[in-house]
Amino acid sequence: MSFLEKMMLIDRRWIYLSIGLAVIIPVVVSFEVPVSVSPEVRKIYDFVESLNAGDYLFIAVDYDPSSMAELNPMAEAVLNQAFAKNLKVIIVTLAQFGPGMVEDLTTRLASAHNRVRGEDYVFLGYRPYPAITIMLMGINFRVPFPVDHYSVPLDSMPMMRDVRNFSDVKAVIDFTAGNTADFWITYGVGRFDFPLAIGITGVMAADYYQYLQSGQIFGIIPGVKGAAEYEELVGFPGKGKEQMAYQVIAHSVIIAFILISNIAYFATRKQKQQLGGGR
Amino acid sequence: MKREIPIIIVGVTGVIMFFQYFIPTGWSEFIFTYAQDWVMVIGILSLPLGIWSLVKANVLKLKDPKERFYSAVLLAGFLAMVLTGLKRESFEAGSVFMKLFNTILIPIQATVFSLLAFFIASAAYRAFRARSVLATVLLVTAFLVMLRFIPLGPISTANLGIVAWILSVPNMAAKRAIMMGIGLGAAATAIKIILGIERTYMGRD
Amino acid sequence: MTTEQAILNGIAVFLTLCIFSFLYRDNPFYKFAERLVAGIATGYWTMLLYHTNFTDKVLTPIFVRGQLHYIIPALLGVLMWTRFSKKYAWLSRYSIAFYIGISSGVTITVTLYTFLFKQLQATIGMPITADYAGFNTFLIVLAVVSALVYFFFSLPHKGAVGTVSRIGIYVIMIGFGAGFGMTVMGRIALLVQRVIFINDYVRGLVAFIGGS
Repeated sequence: MSFLEKMMLIDRRWIYLSIGLAVIIPVVVSFEVPVSVSPEVRKIYDFVESLNAGDYLFIAVDYDPSSMAELNPMAEAVLNQAFAKNLKVIIVTLAQFGPGMVEDLTTRLASAHNRVRGEDYVFLGYRPYPAITIMLMGINFRVPFPVDHYSVPLDSMPMMRDVRNFSDVKAVIDFTAGNTADFWITYGVGRFDFPLAIGITGVMAADYYQYLQSGQIFGIIPGVKGAAEYEELVGFPGKGKEQMAYQVIAHSVIIAFILISNIAYFATRKQKQQLGGGR
Repeated sequence: MKREIPIIIVGVTGVIMFFQYFIPTGWSEFIFTYAQDWVMVIGILSLPLGIWSLVKANVLKLKDPKERFYSAVLLAGFLAMVLTGLKRESFEAGSVFMKLFNTILIPIQATVFSLLAFFIASAAYRAFRARSVLATVLLVTAFLVMLRFIPLGPISTANLGIVAWILSVPNMAAKRAIMMGIGLGAAATAIKIILGIERTYMGRD
Repeated sequence: MTTEQAILNGIAVFLTLCIFSFLYRDNPFYKFAERLVAGIATGYWTMLLYHTNFTDKVLTPIFVRGQLHYIIPALLGVLMWTRFSKKYAWLSRYSIAFYIGISSGVTITVTLYTFLFKQLQATIGMPITADYAGFNTFLIVLAVVSALVYFFFSLPHKGAVGTVSRIGIYVIMIGFGAGFGMTVMGRIALLVQRVIFINDYVRGLVAFIGGS
């Protein structure tokens, strides 16, 4: 077997090792990566920036620990911006482990900005069945959530007294890794027509540009690169930008893998054709 | 009656909820709100079915010497969370319940999905080959999108523009066509369910 | 870093490495971590469902606020449990029928509106002008139509239909290629976050031990 043929049949554990070593390089040699901001991310930032103190922003933290690597940085960046601008933030989660994610976010960021639960932000809690929950929230937040996650009646909270449903918030921003974004677009915007932006993982990112073009959403934060772009705009350092150096190295390695395997493939194919022609 | 009454229920409720969308009155919203609220309550009470199935399956596996240890680990984890989560205040940061969540669930769940990075690298090397024109088109597009991450000066600037065009024109068009098909399929399935043509939700007798 | 953090994060790092060990081959450490997280996850969700969903939407409305109409959906929900009985499992069909009927009725309108009407409107509503934007609009219309023709199997893909269908599959391949490129970023991010976590822990532990 020639070297090229051996290259094509290499044990996958050598590939795993290569990727593992590649992502360790930036631990030893750290470097900054310039981040250019895409229009779909800037639209969300500009929208939030245009809001006034006291305006209501609705944030859905619809992800689990499995996707927090990409979505936590963008959720943090948006929440940092919202708290810094003194917006009133209503948070909900439609993911089964979402309450843990929200508890971590609000505990850290609210205390950093001196924001008080019930006065500056409220966490409604978790409900299963996203489609039903979204439709009920569109009627009145109190129908699916008579009390918040901490068992406090919504009507007893100063910031919720005059807020009934999505028509009382300026926009909804949904951070999600699954098909919850589809539910927000279909059952939320489709039924109640409120401004919606989404922060989604890289896996999903390419699938939502048609909603942007049709106006059903007004912005997308696509994956960890989108998170880094948002952090660039907001000016708060975060995990998104920290990851960029690692992304550069890992992408370089994977591109090299693709090139090597294709070169080996074409070279061995040519060899086989030549051997076949010689007979 | 075991199958006929459910079909009638599906048909009647489906037709009511379909026409409700076009009737913007107070009683229409009343029906919508109560219907959805009741469905949520039914759903909440049916979710423990899965939990019970998992616990029961693992209790039975305790009899199997090969699976006993791992089933015991699962049940121990389950019991630990149930016992530490008996009070509603357990959901606040700093409780033993949340410490178990943060120390065990978050790292393991995050790491299980991080294995995909290795698998995608392996897939990129072993399977991502330009065997045909179509595969080449896919490969070149993926290559250009991945190249965004590598700072190459003016090449990167040009590449960003190309990728922005790819995402907002051909990619957007392809996904739009796929999505329109999905939407038609979903609507057709819902209509078939309401008309009683599709009955797989009832299971077998 | 406190002593508690050193211990708890140390456990988290150990469990992370248990999962990573699967890359070499399946082993008892991986299986242990896998089953442990299944138990912890199920326990967490059980208590979450009990405290925030069952209590807030069933117990409190019926027994505290006196909203007795919730008894009806509660009974329908309890009927779902008959699925475990071979003799009475048919009773659960009533609950399922209620759920499926309402969901299906609502789905038809919003799905057609979101997935079909709004998308059609966005595709054919753009003006085709004699500039770069207009050229892109023309390409979008061509690409959407050709991709839809590719998925239309009621006509044989021959002649003109075959040509348009061929354009469609190339458009779809571009879409899948873009998706793959973005997916790589997503998957790498998941790994990088774990590497950063382990790195932060090791640095913190060295400082903690050095400090004490």
